[in-house]
Amino acid sequence: MSTDPQAPKPLKPLSEWPLWEVFVRSKQGLEHKHCGSLHASDAGHALRLARDVYTRRQEGVSIWVVPSSAITASEPNDKAEFFDPSGDKIYRHPTFYAIPDDVGHM
Amino acid sequence: MYTQALDLPDGQPAAVTSPAPSDSALQAHFDDKISQEQKIEPRDWMPAHYRKTLVRQISQHAHSEIVGMLPEGNWISRAPSLKRKAILIAKVQDEGGHGLYLYSAAETLGTSRDQMLEALHSGKAKYSSIFNYPTLTWADVGVIGWLVDGAAIMNQIPLCRCSYGPYARAMVRICKEESFHQRQGFESLMVMMQGTPAQQAMVQDAVNRWWWKCLAMFGPPDSDSPNSAQSQRWGIKRISNDDLRQSFVDATVPQAKTLGVSLPDPDLKWNEERQHYDYGAIDWDEFWATVNGNGPCNQERLATRVKAWDDGAWVREAALAHARKNEARSLKEAA
Amino acid sequence: MSTAAHTLAPLAYVLQLADTALVLGQRNAEWCGHGPALEEDIALANNSLDLIGQARMLYSLAALQAGPQASEDSLAYWRGPEAFRNYTMVELPHHGPMAPSARQDRDFATTMVRNFLFSNLMVGVWAQLEPSPDAQLAAIAAKAIKETRYHLRHAHDWVVRMGDGTDTSHARAQAALDHLMPYTQEFWRPSAAEQSAMDFGIGLDLGALQAPWQQQLTATLDLAQLQASPATGFVSGGKNGIHSEHLSYLLGDMQSLARAHPQAVW
Repeated sequence: MSTDPQAPKPLKPLSEWPLWEVFVRSKQGLEHKHCGSLHASDAGHALRLARDVYTRRQEGVSIWVVPSSAITASEPNDKAEFFDPSGDKIYRHPTFYAIPDDVGHM
Repeated sequence: MYTQALDLPDGQPAAVTSPAPSDSALQAHFDDKISQEQKIEPRDWMPAHYRKTLVRQISQHAHSEIVGMLPEGNWISRAPSLKRKAILIAKVQDEGGHGLYLYSAAETLGTSRDQMLEALHSGKAKYSSIFNYPTLTWADVGVIGWLVDGAAIMNQIPLCRCSYGPYARAMVRICKEESFHQRQGFESLMVMMQGTPAQQAMVQDAVNRWWWKCLAMFGPPDSDSPNSAQSQRWGIKRISNDDLRQSFVDATVPQAKTLGVSLPDPDLKWNEERQHYDYGAIDWDEFWATVNGNGPCNQERLATRVKAWDDGAWVREAALAHARKNEARSLKEAA
Repeated sequence: MSTAAHTLAPLAYVLQLADTALVLGQRNAEWCGHGPALEEDIALANNSLDLIGQARMLYSLAALQAGPQASEDSLAYWRGPEAFRNYTMVELPHHGPMAPSARQDRDFATTMVRNFLFSNLMVGVWAQLEPSPDAQLAAIAAKAIKETRYHLRHAHDWVVRMGDGTDTSHARAQAALDHLMPYTQEFWRPSAAEQSAMDFGIGLDLGALQAPWQQQLTATLDLAQLQASPATGFVSGGKNGIHSEHLSYLLGDMQSLARAHPQAVW
């Protein structure tokens, strides 16, 4: 997953299986969570291996696999402009609002 | 314990050279994050030495898991009950999985699985030297679960707070799975210690052979580990070798009492003043001899891994060839 | 025609299912730590765990009919090769035809072709046993069929990858198929245990299994570009208790520690 220009370039011999990122939603879960990665020869293979490697302790899951090369990630340097503007809009959070207790649960 | 060879001089001075002027802001930002216990993530700027140290530590940790499959795997076919056979396969399988999570974490730093394996197979990379000892009896399997995994857990829990995000997250996953490993080992020893005289003797013999090796697992004394300081400043190494070793001894002595085994150390005794157990001298010559390639199983462990990799080349190539053929076919159909 | 007295599957048949699952589980576990890729090591360990799990359930079921001292471990560890009723195919080592005293490397093609041929059979068998009047066997079948479908899918994928991969993988897969096909003849000739199971009406119908098995075989081999070898020649007799030379070595190793400590509990 590293596209950092200062990172050493890994060798890519012909026999290396490509890298896939794995996302799993457990039976109780609401969204797919990133669990890690694995090497597989194609998408179908990656899905099967993800089941064997990442879901041995869960019942009833949904699995997504994505080639690592297909992931577009935000730049660390952009963090300030991407994320800070939402930091001061505290009125989006329910705790901003004081509701009298006798209104009940809200 | 996965960095035994990092403490060997490799010609690099421990001092960090000052970064180029354009990097000083990046260095300051990095140092800030470290001191505030924030995570460093794959695309963040990091000092070259931090990256290099992590690649070596994480990959050596991964290699340890993979090589660690062999001593216990040695007893799968002969497990004395179907339940123990299933438990052991699941445990060894978990170790393979742990290696996989760690290789994945290391790959985020710009290396590849194949590169790391090449380093292992050529003898350049190290793995935890505890796996260079043979499993001579079934009781060794239980003792490895109790003592070796017990020692590993002590080392691993602090790593869950490591500064590098992917390594910390892999460790959280590993620690969740690890709790069963130590328990199954201890439980199997308890059953044997309540069993026949031959079973009890088997357990005591295994403890006698493994105890000192497990103490040495935590690495050389702090006074002999010059590079630990840098790793500790970077939030990679959280607790010193000696402190971990002491915690391990303190936790394990009562467990040995519960089991009814004696630990082979005449100098082992509670020190009321220190509120810790005193223990005897570790044979560091034997430890270094094994780390440097002259232990009982070094050649066999490595040759076995190399063979599995080499023999598997045609299988890996077949999968890739097939995937490429499929791709070519679907492109042709789309045209 | 089944009667109330005969809704239990005969002991000999349950042992055939149990022994087969155990022996193949034992064989597949041999790859642990030696697989061609870490991911596949983990996948094969799952396969082995499933089979050993099935064996345990089946042995526990068999133990109910095997006398008061019987248990899953007494049946697995204290019967010799002459008492085992697994198909010969599953006891073979992971390589081409060779005497046990010779030494050969493990061959992944043999492993996957065997898993394919065997799982293809067992999805049919478990499907027939799912509605069995023997409620316990039916419950085991309901669990086993899910696992076996996955094993079949996994093995099918590998047979196709190898057959339609490189020249080397194709040659190995074809050689494995040529070696193993004759052992499938054993699937279709009822053993005494299978005959009595069918007479008792537990659900097994050997005759009805062959056509769908052949259909799946043809479909997979087609994708794999492999030639279906003729299943002719010597018919193995493992499920009748007549094994190859390999079983006594497999059991000798597997049972050695348990037998060295006859009174021990583990």
